[in-house]
Amino acid sequence: MNFDMGAYSAYIWPAYGISALALIGATLWTVASWRRAKAKLAALEKKS
Amino acid sequence: MSPFATLLVRDIRLAARSGGGAALALSFFALVATLVPLGVGADLHLLSRVAGGVLWVAAVLAALLSLDRLFQGDFEDGSLELIALSPLPLELTALAKIAAHWLSTGLPLTLLSPLLALLFNLPGPATATLFVSLLIGTPAVSAVGAIGASLTLSLKRGGLILPLIILPLLAPAVIFGAGAVALTLDGPMGIEGAGGALELLAAFAFGAVLLSPFAAAASVRLNLSN
Amino acid sequence: MQFLFRYANPHQFMRLSGAVLPYTVLATILCLSAALYLGFTAPPDYQQGRTVLILFIHVPAASLAMGIYGAIAVCSLLSLVWRHPLADIAARTAAPLGALFTALGLITGALWGKPMWGTYWVWDARLTSFLLLLFIYLGYMALWNAIEDDTRAGRAAAILALVGAVNIPIIKFSVNWWNTLHQGESIVSGALAPVFLAPLLLMLLGYGLLFATLWMVRIRTVIMERRARTLMQAGEA
Repeated sequence: MNFDMGAYSAYIWPAYGISALALIGATLWTVASWRRAKAKLAALEKKS
Repeated sequence: MSPFATLLVRDIRLAARSGGGAALALSFFALVATLVPLGVGADLHLLSRVAGGVLWVAAVLAALLSLDRLFQGDFEDGSLELIALSPLPLELTALAKIAAHWLSTGLPLTLLSPLLALLFNLPGPATATLFVSLLIGTPAVSAVGAIGASLTLSLKRGGLILPLIILPLLAPAVIFGAGAVALTLDGPMGIEGAGGALELLAAFAFGAVLLSPFAAAASVRLNLSN
Repeated sequence: MQFLFRYANPHQFMRLSGAVLPYTVLATILCLSAALYLGFTAPPDYQQGRTVLILFIHVPAASLAMGIYGAIAVCSLLSLVWRHPLADIAARTAAPLGALFTALGLITGALWGKPMWGTYWVWDARLTSFLLLLFIYLGYMALWNAIEDDTRAGRAAAILALVGAVNIPIIKFSVNWWNTLHQGESIVSGALAPVFLAPLLLMLLGYGLLFATLWMVRIRTVIMERRARTLMQAGEA
């Protein structure tokens, strides 16, 4: 696998970097908010 | 007078009374046209090249100013409910309000445009194209604007969202309108060269005026049902 | 249509999505990994050199940006015309993801453009259309947030989405027209060599699966939040 991008590395890595950051970030946030909602619902259902 | 005409006249009178109707939009239009040369420099050649776009954008923004009150005033004092109950279909009510808005902002802006085109050193044929393009295109601004106004009529600070909602939808009008001016300016055929652009603009405006009353009426019904 | 309404019930949706999610997660990971591997082991492109790699993440982002808006339009139709109960939630949760993909499409497009055309931003038809699409997404999300009552917000947003859906082809057409007016040349792109097609399509599939996964989780989250709210209100009664 060739990782030497030569002249284009200034463009390719940021492109992949930002995309990865954004998508991973979105995934983490989605999972976190899901966990929060799940926990809250579980607590409420236990009370009632 | 038919219910449509009554509503039309009433809205024009209201626009004239509150905020001076056309005066606000015209002042804003002229002010923007004044600020741009201050921003980009007094090079008359440059100004003539950007005149079409600048004046079109300024006209759209000026027309935007009074849009958030299109339905809101009547909504707040309850008259919108009464109007909705009247035998006049809500779609025609919306059309009447669009017409009133155009007559009290779009049309005056169009009439002022040749004077402002002078400030930008726009040659005669291009000015004529600008005038015609605004004449055809500003009804589209009022129409699309009415959709935004009806969607946000229940919001206190709806005026802030309104431009965000409708400006992307108005891109075709700006493109065809300013494009027509550019074609007249650069093209070898003068005004005839802009014919295609003006036709596209007319098609867009026609579609907008025809269809937006339905969307606006649906939004009004939505906000009235409680 | 009946099929859609069988799963209109939130309970059914929770069951269905719960069953499907493990597979979509797995498929997402597989597709993205395979795409990355194939992409980085492919030779440089004849015309673009290694920047073709950016295309692998630009095209999927852009495609999803458009596709998600289409999905929102369909949900809006289902909400307004057929009063499908989950349609509002689906539309609302899809929007931020759509905006994200649009932004990624713009950024990757700019980064692809700099080595190709020399500047980060070029007012070509595609990038300009995408910029407008981003604003359309933002306006849609703003409307949802501004109206307090959820049902009314959903209906209003649905109207806006449908108006946008009608307008977007017109916008694309006008931007294309504008582009030929002011520039005249069309930028590059003949067909992509077959060796690049596989990573591109795999990445596209991976992006799509990622969106589907995140979307389902978001809808589940909102369903749970609503249930929690109902329980809280019942508790206070």
